[in-house]
Amino acid sequence: MDGQATSDAFVAFERVQKSYDGETLVVKDLNLSMPKGEFLTMLGPSGSGKTTCLMMLAGFETATYGEIKLDGVSINNIPPHKRGIGMVFQNYALFPHMTVAENLSFPLEVRKMGKSDREVKVKRALDMVQMGAFGGRRPSQLSGGQQQRIALARALVFEPELVLMDEPLGALDKQLREHMQFEITNLAHSLGITVVYVTHDQTEALTMSDRVAVFNDGRIQQLDPPDVLYEQPKNSFVAQFIGENNTLEGVITEIRDDACVVRLDDGQEIDAVPINVHKVGERTRVSIRPERVEFNKERLTEGAHTIKAEVLEFIYMGDIFRTRLRVAGNDSFVIKTRNAPDQVRLEPGSQIEIGWHPRDCRALDAD
Amino acid sequence: MSTLKGSGPQTFDGPTPDDALHEAAALQGRDTEPRHGKGKAAPMLAADGTPLKKSLRRALRAQKMRALLLIAPLLIFILVAFIAPIVDMLFRSVENEIVADTMPRTVVALRDYDADSGEVPGDAVFEAAYYDVFIAAERKLHTRLGTRLNYEQTGVSSLFRKSGRGLDDIGEVYQDQFKDLDGDWDKARPWAELMGDPEWIADQEAWDKDKDGSMPRFRLAEGISDLLPRTAEHYRIFARFAQVEEGDSPLKEEPWTAVHTALYQDLAEVDVSSYTGPGAERLKAADALVASPGFKTVNFKEAFAEIDRGWTEPAIWQTIRLYSPKYTSGYFLNAVDMEKTVDGIGMRDENERIYGLLFKRTMFMSLVITGSCILLGYPIAYLLSNLPVRTANLLMILVLLPFWTSLLVRTSAWKIMLQQQGVINDTLVWLGLVADDARLVMINNQLGTIIAMTHILLPFMILPMYSVMSTIPPYYVRAAKSLGATNWTTFWRVYFPQSVPGIGAGSILVFILAIGYYITPAIVGGTTGTFISNRIAYHISSSLNWGLAAALGTILLAAVLILYWAYDRIVGIDNVKLGG
Repeated sequence: MDGQATSDAFVAFERVQKSYDGETLVVKDLNLSMPKGEFLTMLGPSGSGKTTCLMMLAGFETATYGEIKLDGVSINNIPPHKRGIGMVFQNYALFPHMTVAENLSFPLEVRKMGKSDREVKVKRALDMVQMGAFGGRRPSQLSGGQQQRIALARALVFEPELVLMDEPLGALDKQLREHMQFEITNLAHSLGITVVYVTHDQTEALTMSDRVAVFNDGRIQQLDPPDVLYEQPKNSFVAQFIGENNTLEGVITEIRDDACVVRLDDGQEIDAVPINVHKVGERTRVSIRPERVEFNKERLTEGAHTIKAEVLEFIYMGDIFRTRLRVAGNDSFVIKTRNAPDQVRLEPGSQIEIGWHPRDCRALDAD
Repeated sequence: MSTLKGSGPQTFDGPTPDDALHEAAALQGRDTEPRHGKGKAAPMLAADGTPLKKSLRRALRAQKMRALLLIAPLLIFILVAFIAPIVDMLFRSVENEIVADTMPRTVVALRDYDADSGEVPGDAVFEAAYYDVFIAAERKLHTRLGTRLNYEQTGVSSLFRKSGRGLDDIGEVYQDQFKDLDGDWDKARPWAELMGDPEWIADQEAWDKDKDGSMPRFRLAEGISDLLPRTAEHYRIFARFAQVEEGDSPLKEEPWTAVHTALYQDLAEVDVSSYTGPGAERLKAADALVASPGFKTVNFKEAFAEIDRGWTEPAIWQTIRLYSPKYTSGYFLNAVDMEKTVDGIGMRDENERIYGLLFKRTMFMSLVITGSCILLGYPIAYLLSNLPVRTANLLMILVLLPFWTSLLVRTSAWKIMLQQQGVINDTLVWLGLVADDARLVMINNQLGTIIAMTHILLPFMILPMYSVMSTIPPYYVRAAKSLGATNWTTFWRVYFPQSVPGIGAGSILVFILAIGYYITPAIVGGTTGTFISNRIAYHISSSLNWGLAAALGTILLAAVLILYWAYDRIVGIDNVKLGG
């Protein structure tokens, strides 16, 4: 696992463990370091420990073991209000009894900033999120998207170097969410702040982040930039969790450093790249992205294995066609093809041969 | 992570597309409600052509009726058991019909009396008073009137009680003289024949025999009230009284002496020589007797003076005149330590003032009790709302425990705790903190009332506070801390303002309960720790001055309503939450 603490790490988790009840660990041996200015997303299903990590970083939970460092200094024993970390909450947590301007002014007041300075900063922060005209409103008079912007402005107004966001877009509708994703990344990059972003929405994670940490079962399963994560998942969980994925199960029959042959359960053989399989006879789960599957013989790579498939269903989705196949006993094998004028529309019931480039087919662990 | 839904500002569900943000901002949440039938010119029509409003009303009627039916039992119960008594009480505080009802003639006669003159009114008033008090005495109502007027002027009660007995003497003078002339003047039957309608006499005789059905209503003989107006009136009053109140036949009951007095007064004025009806000879003889120089008469004023000197003083007549209207502000004036005199309305003497002090004390102590409840209840409510639900429920039982114990038991327990030979004093003496001869006085004074009532009303403060605090999501506190606020600033600037609605609800509840509290101050309050409600209870059950009790109660009610209104203006009643 990469991301070991280095001297220039801005945020570092070193062997952090967390248990709430003293019996089970929700976070198991977490090591993570991120440089200044990075936008890192913690992605994972609920209960995977990602929010706990965020809360430990914010100071609302204490690590049971290990150290959390901010700018090289251990912050384990620093109370949350002295950490100087900005935070955006899932429910925005705008104080309902204060106006928008008072909400923004609050972190400046507790820092004993003068009134005129405060006003300047509040105005600048409001303008930054295009909410300059809303200073006198109460949070309850704003829509969800507006509240979201204010929450963002409040987390940024005292100019923290690190901002934590806990599923901040969870309550918004799709259109607004996409717009806000764009705005948040833009802001983060233009201000040069470091962001730790928690979400369970993989699209959000892929589109916004410099790096994504995929959490499951209290561990980081993979920590990589979005494209690496998507194209080169390191294990079955990541392959399944990120994007759509086809799996076929079988046994390794041949293995070299950069290639292996897998015999599927129905006897057909395919080529794959071994990722975390090591010896012949080992069971494996092979992962292929739907858009990398090819059924046009002319476009298949020379020498690649092909296997038989039966078309079960053809779904027209506008920009793409989605075809469900039965491959080696797997009824939910999906291929995606671009809606182009010359694209073939497969008829349900027809028998076809499919194949792919061996490098797109990854032999992963079987569990 | 917190996943509280449906609380706080995030439930806003106005328009959300980003482009519409600025438009949406111009709208208030409540303005987004659709408005029906906004065009005045053309009302919306339903499919069948009836106006939409009418159609809607019809559709909702059945629903409304059913809802009404469901709440009907409670509504009726509230009306009968709550609204009606309150209205009755409000009415009693100004109602004063007893004077005009009991002394109708006197009230009329006193209209011309100049109360400021400082003189005793004329004979006409005394004559009216004679008949009024006489009839009231027969009906045993004179003592009630005496009690009523005694609230305004001490001594009136005994005046009326004495006069009820003494006024018989006046009539007896005439009765004796008429009886000496002719024994029939003291017999029932001849009187009835003289005054009563012959047909009625026949009916009454028949009824006397078989007592079948209701007694035939007494009717005056034709022309008798023209001839002897006073006698006819008072005989009629007597006859009806005998029939209705006593269930006796007027044919068998000799009339009361007021009738003889009336007969004398009539005979002194009218000529009966043309009368030819029953008993004409007797009447003419009596007329002759009255005209004779030896006939003994009684002056009403002197007779009253003989019964009690009080009647010859203007004060009693001024009082009757002041309180003769059917409605009076007297009870209210009394309730605020004022009084009505012939010189107008003024404060009572310094040493007679009591209610102002009691009202002030009640307000002050209720405020102190409310304040102590806030101070003691807030930390507990805070603790409860921040504990895990199971622990909180367990502790909640401790809060609710007092509710399940009798109020009397709790108050008596405080008596045992606080008295000078009580547990607390004993402990302090034993510890040597207090000398044995200087034990603390903690009961039968204001301190005792405040301690006991704070304890008793505490749950009413804790419960609304708790239910408001438990709806404050924990992420506000986290947000404040992440923004750099210390624990204290977080509490004071973020948590506390959001818990104010709970404090408000609790304070209103406790204050209103405290202001009308009665049992606890009565038991532990002594003389300095009693409330206005104890005085009201005294007037209801001991002095029986219900009018004053009603006036005091009305003032208390008004004070509560005014405070409620003021609270609404300052804090806003929609800021009061009992939960959610």
